[in-house]
Amino acid sequence: MTVSEPGALDVASIREDFPVLDREFDGTPLVYLDNAATTQTPQQVIDAISEYYETYNANVHRGLHQLSQEASIAYEEAHDTVAEFVGAAGREELIFTGNTTESENLVAYAWGLNELGPGDEVVLTEMEHHASLVTWQQIAKKTGATVRYIRVTEDGHLDLDHAKKLIGSDTKLVSVLHVSNTLGTINPVADLADLAHAHDALIFVDGAQAVPNRPVDVEAIDADFYAFSGHKMAGPTGIGALYGKQAILEAMEPFNYGGDMITKVTFDDATWNDLPWKFEAGTPKIAQGIALAEAVEYLDDIGMEAIARHENELAQYTLDRLAEFDDIETFGPPAGTERGGLVSFNLGTVHAHDLSSILNDYAVAIRAGDHCTQPLHDKLGVAATARASFYIYNTREEIDVLIDAMDDARELFA
Amino acid sequence: MIGFAAERFSAGIANLDVPMGIGGSDMYRQQILDHYKNPRNYGEIEDATFTHVGENPMCGDTIEMDVVLDDDEETIEAIAFQGDGCAISQASASMLSKRLEGMTIEELETMDRDDVIDMLGVDISPMRVKCAVLAEKVAQDGAEIYFGEKDLEETTTEDDDPE
Ligand SMILES: Cc1ncc(COP(=O)(O)O)c(C=O)c1O
Repeated sequence: MTVSEPGALDVASIREDFPVLDREFDGTPLVYLDNAATTQTPQQVIDAISEYYETYNANVHRGLHQLSQEASIAYEEAHDTVAEFVGAAGREELIFTGNTTESENLVAYAWGLNELGPGDEVVLTEMEHHASLVTWQQIAKKTGATVRYIRVTEDGHLDLDHAKKLIGSDTKLVSVLHVSNTLGTINPVADLADLAHAHDALIFVDGAQAVPNRPVDVEAIDADFYAFSGHKMAGPTGIGALYGKQAILEAMEPFNYGGDMITKVTFDDATWNDLPWKFEAGTPKIAQGIALAEAVEYLDDIGMEAIARHENELAQYTLDRLAEFDDIETFGPPAGTERGGLVSFNLGTVHAHDLSSILNDYAVAIRAGDHCTQPLHDKLGVAATARASFYIYNTREEIDVLIDAMDDARELFA
Repeated sequence: MIGFAAERFSAGIANLDVPMGIGGSDMYRQQILDHYKNPRNYGEIEDATFTHVGENPMCGDTIEMDVVLDDDEETIEAIAFQGDGCAISQASASMLSKRLEGMTIEELETMDRDDVIDMLGVDISPMRVKCAVLAEKVAQDGAEIYFGEKDLEETTTEDDDPE
């Protein structure tokens, strides 16, 4: 990796932080290009998990003993760290969930079920992940509301004229991806927030593919809700987050009931705890939350601006390399348009799963399938695509390995 | 039957020196590629005794099978398939169609996943077993529906593709 511009990532030293990158298969080093599915974990985050279990594992908010106090403080402060990372005012606006999907469902059940009814509309996009698409479809069925989809244009962007037509006085919620996990498109979420707010609708932004690789400021976007997953941003599995504007979260009913989310309970009724604990019923994801904060600090040290440049640069390089071949079709915005660090493509008529199985022989890990966007794939007219997705430790050389390995698939299927 | 996949998978993981042997181009030996590129019994049979379709949503594989039985409705006389999808699913359908010619319905019903994998003659990685067995499931379900033992529109092997 050549350092080409000031502020470029020091990939060689970053790679040293990730033990899994030392893995080899039959002497062939792992080339991990499936980061949009899940990213690898740096030693610092692994150590944070170990340290928690080795030195201060205890339940939070409940005990008055030393370990419980240490765990409580670390867990609560983790909320502050993650809140600050995405531009939220504080822990009151940052709920720890299991993942992006759970964040979607929290809003769907706690807000959607109570607020939606016949005649109301929820506006999604055709590039939505199943996490929001399936969730709002089902909530609409339960409430009698209608789901509508903002069209995706030929070149992989949202059709904003169509958005302006769809979003109107019946719209109660707009739910939109910040960065598409299939097309790599970076959507104009702040503009869509303005559009939603102009019609008194709320906007939910799915930031699962944005928070890991670019600076995100929920207040600048003016998002009402914003969701992301720890395992896609160098953090552990089992933890995600939901940002919500404080006034909205305060007005909302809880999602799960039980311990920790209450203040006073009688045989007849209960009152709810303060934010964010009102939405974190039961023993929370303590180790994972603390480790997520560690991941956030790790990324912050590297710098989100630099990470965004690195991701776009690798994506552009991939598009350029793939353009050398006539038998490759790529999806999403054309080369030259800034995108998230991923490229979906197909090689001739070779099924993406066959391609992925063959690349596996070269220790190249890519994703093949519908990436949880089946309706979008139907629209693209393909059953599946192959997807290479990048993170802070990937290099141009690794993309070259991917391109060379595809020759084998070409030969086999010729 | 799940045990088959699980066992293979854990074997691959426990022994880190065993590389990516599960899957990869080992899976694409000549026989598979030959059947994929030149499928046998490909097409339709107009007056088939029964017809059935199936899908593997994970790969988007589809298979439609037309089966002709003899007058006693015991033996498969002719079979044709059409489909779309990954090499494993389509080659498996082609090879199965050859295997089924002359086979009794009873024999078809006793076939299982292991028989299909033996027939393919290669190690199928655990994630791809569903592709391999789609054709067999379509043929079996088609027969069961015809004989009134099952009520089903379409065979599927999988639900969702996570992530
Ligand atoms: C854009 C997008 N939204 C939502 C999700 C769901 O994330 P999770 O599986 O962590 O809930 C993903 C990834 O799988 C994604 O890429």
